[in-house]
Amino acid sequence: MFQNRINVNSRKYLFSKGVDHYFEGVYKGYQFTLRFFKEAFKPPFHFREVINQCFEIGLKSLLLITLTGFIVGIVFTKQSRPSLENFGATSWLPSLIGIAIVRALGALVTALICAGKVGSSIGAELGSMKVTEQIEAMEVSAINPFKYLVVTRVIATTITIPVLALFCSFVALLGSYTNVHAEEASSLLMFYKNAFSNISFLDVFSSVFKSIVYGFTIGIVGCYKGFNATQGTRGVGRAANEAVVLSMFLIFFEEVIIVQVSNWIRHF
Amino acid sequence: MENLQRTHTIDKDETVISIKGLYKSFDELDVLKNVNLDVFKGENVAVLGKSGSGKSVLIKIIVGLLRPDKGEVIVLGKEVDKLAGKELDDLRLRIGFSFQSSALYDSMSVYQNLAFPLTMNVKHLTKKQVDVAVAEALEAVGLANKSNEMPADLSGGQRKRIGIARTLILKPEIMLYDEPTSGLDPTTSAEINALINEVQERYNTSSVIITHDLTCAKNTCNRVAMLIEGAFLKVGTFEEVFNTEDEQINNFFSYNFIQ
Repeated sequence: MFQNRINVNSRKYLFSKGVDHYFEGVYKGYQFTLRFFKEAFKPPFHFREVINQCFEIGLKSLLLITLTGFIVGIVFTKQSRPSLENFGATSWLPSLIGIAIVRALGALVTALICAGKVGSSIGAELGSMKVTEQIEAMEVSAINPFKYLVVTRVIATTITIPVLALFCSFVALLGSYTNVHAEEASSLLMFYKNAFSNISFLDVFSSVFKSIVYGFTIGIVGCYKGFNATQGTRGVGRAANEAVVLSMFLIFFEEVIIVQVSNWIRHF
Repeated sequence: MENLQRTHTIDKDETVISIKGLYKSFDELDVLKNVNLDVFKGENVAVLGKSGSGKSVLIKIIVGLLRPDKGEVIVLGKEVDKLAGKELDDLRLRIGFSFQSSALYDSMSVYQNLAFPLTMNVKHLTKKQVDVAVAEALEAVGLANKSNEMPADLSGGQRKRIGIARTLILKPEIMLYDEPTSGLDPTTSAEINALINEVQERYNTSSVIITHDLTCAKNTCNRVAMLIEGAFLKVGTFEEVFNTEDEQINNFFSYNFIQ
């Protein structure tokens, strides 16, 4: 009985090599994601490794998130002020900033930064482990590498990135406040009160939900690309690069869908 | 070069690895074609062959990392191809696999590299028990003082030794060595050869040693299997294979230098 034997010369493509390859990639990604859900709820559970990864992903991204969030808050406020001044509506600035940051920017900026920092790091780390046979070394030691490496990292990104996104929103509002305070006298408490005056539960919920989806996407894409890396060090670089590009693309795609759905719910 | 003759006893009544009619191909490339081999308890068998001849594929099939296209691979009484999940894991715990690249976990210290497979597979071990097991495995490979070092700080020979120690910690019955002396200088290679023999005597393992290093094959193995173009052309003692009149085998030997 000959299993898995494919004669490349006689292979016929359904559409073309490129199109078939694309759909093959989509199918493999789907299988990889499905395997994650199967393995995630099956013991043994590596809690210690999840905590370790949360520390690696969360704490080590904190400085970058703080700086970026603060700068986004300042820049967005500076850019918005002239337009609002034309309408004599500068008092609406905190509300505008609040809506923009809580509804969109906090989660999106955090996700994009983490896609670059965390996604590439996961892709490169697992890719390097793959090409240096460390993943096979786990398998022959009767350790499930998918469970130990993939499940723990995806859970960690799914938990950590929403927390980072909330923190980023808070810091971005702080950045916005410093700019507002430089132009006109206002208290921090009053600024935050105004900023949250037009924020509903749905806004906060959709923002947290988005971050969870982004966190999962960054983790699963990074792991998928790393876990399937081939061709030595070149493959490691490619895995890291593809992890960033694909997760950023998916984040924007998911953003559009979630915003659309939350708008429907809001109008409903 | 010191000739380390094998002195241990081989139980020819007990076959630990039995390979029958094994075929494996990757796309259009046929790598293994009708491979047959029996490895007996307490025996060291070297698989000799050129790079890319399918030697590593063979041991990856033995440990269940690759599936054969056709044929039967029975390891310690279990047909590897038919195993999955816990059954396959249970078998793998009885097999030690030393990788060509050593495959040490870069992010872990030597101690953690050794403790990892132990703590992941044996539940309810105390810290002291793990410490003792790690110390014993490190002592067996002569690197008792390297416990706190990181893999990046070790030499090639030390990495190989730690890789072997990591497999020994689970007390395997079979050792599979993938190119144990590749990339090492002659002195370090001789040390690794001596270590392979020590491991065999101390842990009473049976071994399959994948190599193209004739010195390693001569000094560590009871039998040699010559893999040419995907099939074993000759299996016998080193001298029997070395003195064969087959042109392909003679060509292989003529390109390799025996110290």
